[in-house]
This record gives sequence, structure tokens and C-alpha cells, in this order.
Amino acid sequence: MSIRQGLLSLLAEGPRHGYQLRQDFEQRTGATWPLNVGQVYTTLARLARDGLVEMTGETDDQQKVYALTTSGRRELDDWFRTPIELADRPRDELAIKLAMAAMTPGVVLADVVQAQRTATVQAVQDYTRLKAKADPDHDVGWLLVLDSLLFQAEAELRWLDACEERLSRAAAANGRKSSRSAAGTAGAAGKAVRA
Amino acid sequence: MTADVLLSMRDVSRVHGAGAAAVQALRGVTVEVAAGELLAVMGPSGSGKSTLLNLAGGLDTATSGEVFVEGTLLAGLSRAKLAAVRRRSVGYVFQELNLIPALTAAENVALPRELDGANARTARAQAMQALAEVGLADVADRFPDELSGGQQQRVAIARAVVGPRRLVLADEPTGALDSVTGEDVMRLIRGRCEAGAAGVVVTHDVQLAGWADRVVFLRDGRVVDDTGRRPEPDALLGGATR
Repeated sequence: MSIRQGLLSLLAEGPRHGYQLRQDFEQRTGATWPLNVGQVYTTLARLARDGLVEMTGETDDQQKVYALTTSGRRELDDWFRTPIELADRPRDELAIKLAMAAMTPGVVLADVVQAQRTATVQAVQDYTRLKAKADPDHDVGWLLVLDSLLFQAEAELRWLDACEERLSRAAAANGRKSSRSAAGTAGAAGKAVRA
Repeated sequence: MTADVLLSMRDVSRVHGAGAAAVQALRGVTVEVAAGELLAVMGPSGSGKSTLLNLAGGLDTATSGEVFVEGTLLAGLSRAKLAAVRRRSVGYVFQELNLIPALTAAENVALPRELDGANARTARAQAMQALAEVGLADVADRFPDELSGGQQQRVAIARAVVGPRRLVLADEPTGALDSVTGEDVMRLIRGRCEAGAAGVVVTHDVQLAGWADRVVFLRDGRVVDDTGRRPEPDALLGGATR
């Protein structure tokens, strides 16, 4: 999702000015995605250029008020109808980091995994606190965002468990190999256990 | 030890069996849980989670190290005194609910109080209060098989917290419940802790562990990491705290 679609969906509820859009956006996403007001004005200018929004007036303190146009509404509906492709999401830095850690000498992968697990569980505790405080009748959008964050964290933890499982199997297999090759030096055996 | 620490385990180890067949279930574990605090224990199966819970509740005896419940050292107690600590100080919620099918919800909840010598009227009153706390006052006279899975789980929690017990121990307390019902169960345990109890929840489900103030990670019988206390623990249930 881009800021563009975010602003279009807020304008679908009625005309707003830039500052108001920024506040509503942050409120809706529970400030998980902070915007600066400059980004909002730049995006509004582009949306106006493309005919998706139009200026309908000014407030008393000379803030420009924007409203959705018919083609803006069409663009918004298209966005909601189109599922998000997994491949369109940014590369997963953590997966790359662990893949690198597995290959890098002198790095204990199990420690990298546990450090990430602790950090992710801390994030789960924080999201749970926010969930406990939310009002189930009025903060539905915010609760959906929190649920999404929670399920992503849960998926990450399950993946970390799988990493660990794969690691210990590989270590056991390497251990068997090095004990079979009786000529293996103590150094090589130590490495196999650590890997 | 401060009076507020309801569970203290110091350098606790547990070995099952002896000699070559000996299995070290716990190795030098030190854990403290204070009144008002909910602790979650996570770890792969075989990491010692259930052993830790059984030792904390006096259902098993440490091979070495010390376990204190409300300041009482469990190792020095006679069987009768240990049983009294288990009845008066500790409430258990297990994955298998172990509700007695021939007793109503209220009778199931009152049972531990009656076993502890409370008269039937007092036990019934305490049971009704515990059932009201879990939102089941109106089904108190139904039998377990007349209740939904979620309601049965809440009866089991009411039974764990009935009367004066302040240490709540739970092993995978949401069992096969769906996630929203599981969340309700954790809210109850959480609420009980915020009202002054101490809780220990053993689970592999991070969404349940998320309700805890602190999460410790067990691996091969050792504590390998700890999330520390997260900020604002008291505010977790917001306006819902009593």
C-alpha cells in the first residue's frame, strides 16, 4: 500500500484538509506508520494533478480542502479489489540475515535466532498491551492492524523454531559425519558442533 | 525474600532416573514471581516447562535447589503440610480440565474449598463468587456436559482461583479453544494477577505469552533468555482492573 491509497480511502469518508488527513491516517494505523505533513501535501498535489482528487475550498485558516473525484473513487475500488501479491512485498531482511549467519564463520546461529526470538516476543507483549487497551466496539480498524502485527510476529517465531530445528538436525548429521571420519581433528569436530 | 514474592525457585534442578539412564529435566533454574505479576514460560517440548510448573506447585520434588511458595520452603514439609500448601496457596489450570462430570459447575469449584475444611455454605459462596468473576454465575448449576468448551475452561479457572489462593499455575490453559476464547481465558488470568495474584503460564503459543509481564525461554532445562518486564504492566487491562 502507498500513502496515495491511504489518502484516497480517508477522502472517501468526506472532504478533508492535509493536516487532518495526516492525523486520521496515523489514528487509523495506530501510528504504526508515521507520516510527515510534507509527504501528505506532496501526495495530494500529485493526486490533484492526476484528477483523482480536487480542491473544493479553503478553511478559515486557509487550509486547502480536498475531495475525492469519480475517477479517484474508481482507483480506490480497484485497489480494494486487487489482492496484494506476496512477491510485491519488500525482501525480508531477517531471512537474509539468518541465511548469511548460517554461512559466516565465528557466528553462533543459535544465538542469533534466540536474540531475534526474544525481541519478537517483546514486540508481541507490546502489541498485546495495546490490544488489551483498545475498545473492541470503536477501535475495530486499529484492532485489525494489531492482529495483523501479532500474526506476523507469530509466523516469524514459528519460522525461528523451524530454523533451530533445521540447525540441530544439521549439527547432528555433521557430528555423525565427523565421528565416522576417524582422522577428523578435534578442531574440525568442534566446528561441526558449533555450525 | 520480600513478602511480595509468591513463588521463588532458586538454582533448582530435577533429575529423573539415575546413572546412565538419568535425564536432567531442569538444570539450575532460578525464577521469581511477585504478586501482581504474570510470567510466561516458553520453550520447545522436552525443554522442562512442565517440570518447572510441577515443582512450583509442589506436585514434584526438586533434586537440588529450593522452591518457596508464599515464603514457605517446600522441601522441609511433611506430606500433610505440603498438601495444605497445594490446597491453600496454589491453583492449577491444566489442558485437561478434569472437571467431575457428576458435579455441577458450582460443586466442582467448591470442591477444593470443602477439601480444605470450609463448611458447605462458605464453600458454595466462594464458588459462586469465583464463577461470577469468570462470567458464569448464571450457569453455576449446570453439569460440565451442559456447558460449551469455553465455559468448561472458565469453570476450571474459577476452580483454580477460588478462595484465598494467590499462585495460579497454568499449563497450556487454552487447550483446543479458538483464539478469541483463548484470549478471554488469558484476560481472566491476567485480571486475577492484577488483583494481587501471581501467575505462571506454560505455553508454546506466543499470542498467549504476550499477555505476560515477562517471558522466560527454557531450552534443555536451562533458562536461556528473558524478555525482562515490559513497560506499563499495571495498565494492561486499562479500565477493567479491579
